[in-house]
Amino acid sequence: MFSVLRKSLKTGCLTEKFSPSAPPVSRLGSNLQKEIARIFGKSLAIRMVDAGSCNGCELEMHAVNNSFYDIERFGIHFVASPRHADLLLVTGPVSRHMQAALKRTYEAMPAPKLVIAMGDCGADGGEFGISYASCGAVANVIPVDAVIRGCPPTPLQLLGGILEVLKQ
Amino acid sequence: MKNLDQQGQLAAPDIGALPDLLHRAGIPTKEVIDIKGSALVVAVEARFWGEVAAVTAASHVRWCAVWGEHRPPEIVITAALAGKNGHLLIRTAIPDAQGELPSQALSYPGANRPERYVQEMFGMHFVSHPDQRRWMRHLAWEADQYPLRKDFPLAGNPQARTPPDCDYPFIPAEGEGLYEIPVGPVHAGIIEPGHFRFQAMGEDILSLEEHLGYVHKGIEKCAEGRDVSALIRLAARVSGDSTVAHAWAACQACESAVDLTIPRRAQMIRAILAERERIANHLGDIGACCNDVGFSFAQVQFSRLRELWQRQNAAVFGHRLLMDVVIPGGVAQDIGAEQIILLRQSVEEMLLELQDLLPLLYEYPSLQDRLCTTGVLSLDMARKIGALGYVARGSGECWDLRRDAPYPPYDKVVVTVPRYSGGDCSSRLRVRGYEVLVSLDLLDEFITNLPAGEIGKPFPSIKKACSGVAFIEGWRGEILAYVHLDANGNVSRYFPRDPSWLNWPALEALISGVIVPDFPICNKSVNGSYSGHDL
Repeated sequence: MFSVLRKSLKTGCLTEKFSPSAPPVSRLGSNLQKEIARIFGKSLAIRMVDAGSCNGCELEMHAVNNSFYDIERFGIHFVASPRHADLLLVTGPVSRHMQAALKRTYEAMPAPKLVIAMGDCGADGGEFGISYASCGAVANVIPVDAVIRGCPPTPLQLLGGILEVLKQ
Repeated sequence: MKNLDQQGQLAAPDIGALPDLLHRAGIPTKEVIDIKGSALVVAVEARFWGEVAAVTAASHVRWCAVWGEHRPPEIVITAALAGKNGHLLIRTAIPDAQGELPSQALSYPGANRPERYVQEMFGMHFVSHPDQRRWMRHLAWEADQYPLRKDFPLAGNPQARTPPDCDYPFIPAEGEGLYEIPVGPVHAGIIEPGHFRFQAMGEDILSLEEHLGYVHKGIEKCAEGRDVSALIRLAARVSGDSTVAHAWAACQACESAVDLTIPRRAQMIRAILAERERIANHLGDIGACCNDVGFSFAQVQFSRLRELWQRQNAAVFGHRLLMDVVIPGGVAQDIGAEQIILLRQSVEEMLLELQDLLPLLYEYPSLQDRLCTTGVLSLDMARKIGALGYVARGSGECWDLRRDAPYPPYDKVVVTVPRYSGGDCSSRLRVRGYEVLVSLDLLDEFITNLPAGEIGKPFPSIKKACSGVAFIEGWRGEILAYVHLDANGNVSRYFPRDPSWLNWPALEALISGVIVPDFPICNKSVNGSYSGHDL
């Protein structure tokens, strides 16, 4: 018990100041976006769906929850159910085996809702492209509001991208 | 801690003795020389395929993989087996029309799913296979279409909307008070998709059946026709958490195929990358395992260490996960004097942190109370399945390619292989903690002894078709890569076998009798890759 407390005190506060500069997010035209951002304010519930990723994007998504980035301080948290979600964060090229599950997850979300495609695969299919097994970009399956590129995007790029979409 | 360095008794025979073993059992073999690499390769007649498995299984030879290759009018099937100090590939050819082969799954349960996968990708049949259900194929292509045949186009013939796979024939369970829990493909946390079907009685899980294949994105088909550089970029994305190990395996297979020996400095840098990848993943998972039983202190501390480690990766190699640093012929990044200092510093700091943290985890009663005796995989079961990496070593198995079938630069260093025999979540966690310490030692040694010289050689242009195989000990365990290049130097077949193929069945085996709330910790303690399995 004391060793845990001692270590925690010694570690101190790690959370870093964050100032987004040149956010690496490219928006795909949705007129609703401003309105949506106004409604959500600064609180945002994210449901993530891996629709076929190599799991690199998931590793960096975990990282935005660590003490350094601490995404929750911005009122952003990951939720277990699409019913609770404002934003769908999708990784990977959409495998054909995940196409129906992704569509159903999207449909299960209450409106208004945002969709971000994370990573180069989500943006355009990446190394995998379109094939007998892959639908390619997320936008080929559900409407996408914004894209955060990178392979995978760094936690800063991810955080910056999400905040940028909200700031609209 | 003193029994840790004892090496396990490996009952498997020397790899050189395996052909003799087969001869004595009346199975004629013929040496094949067209697959380069560290493995011994023999051809056997198709009718002996099942018997080979029976003979080798009785001698404790480990089964590693099976894969097909369409060379019209034949399908060439290759299986990999591991002896005490290396690998034997056995090869046979069957006609591509109604080709049949005796199943090896009766002798090796680990071959069950890989054989079903080969069946549906190539359109051949494993006779007397114990499980005739499909495995990887959902509803994206028809049962009579075989994606890895040469006449199947990469684009396939998909429907606009692939229907969900609702009718996979799970094994039913019946009885009073018994109920079923379906989970997935979309899980509650930030993880990859897959389906788990639990049969439970009260809180106890009676059985778990996995249904995977959701992230099948056609990696092997996608590889065909690529040049070697493009192949390695793809290999680096077979499983993002094992990007170094998969890229290294694919590179080494290509380099073996063309007899290219890469410079010693490049070998060492690859090993530095691989050990850094091992440490990053172990750190992340140790924290996540603790988090799954509510010990968030460890999650915070270990995710802190992982983050610092990844930042150092970015500072030295330009990428937090080390993607695309391993390239054909060597590595893309050299290490300067300043970076050597940074690398050495990071090793020293990590060591100090772990001296604080690891004993704390091992001795924390409320944590160990949840981990000890939870999710036990017996040594016998681990061997039957052919489990790999820390899953096997947490059950008392003691096998690590870096020590037992070393590839450069591990041929010049001593690798300690930690082993715990409890088979539970606690043992798997301890193995991983110990492996981090071993990797830190190796890093120190590689950094200190990094030879001067080139960091790569140009990949030669080739004049005739060639193929190579490589085995690399990734952080999850043994990774296999097979590459066949055509006469133009383009990929005609790429097969990566992630350790997850053999560790997913281990999760099914260790979960019976566990209570439902302990499933997350058991799952995390194994941590199979969905992407590496589904391809």
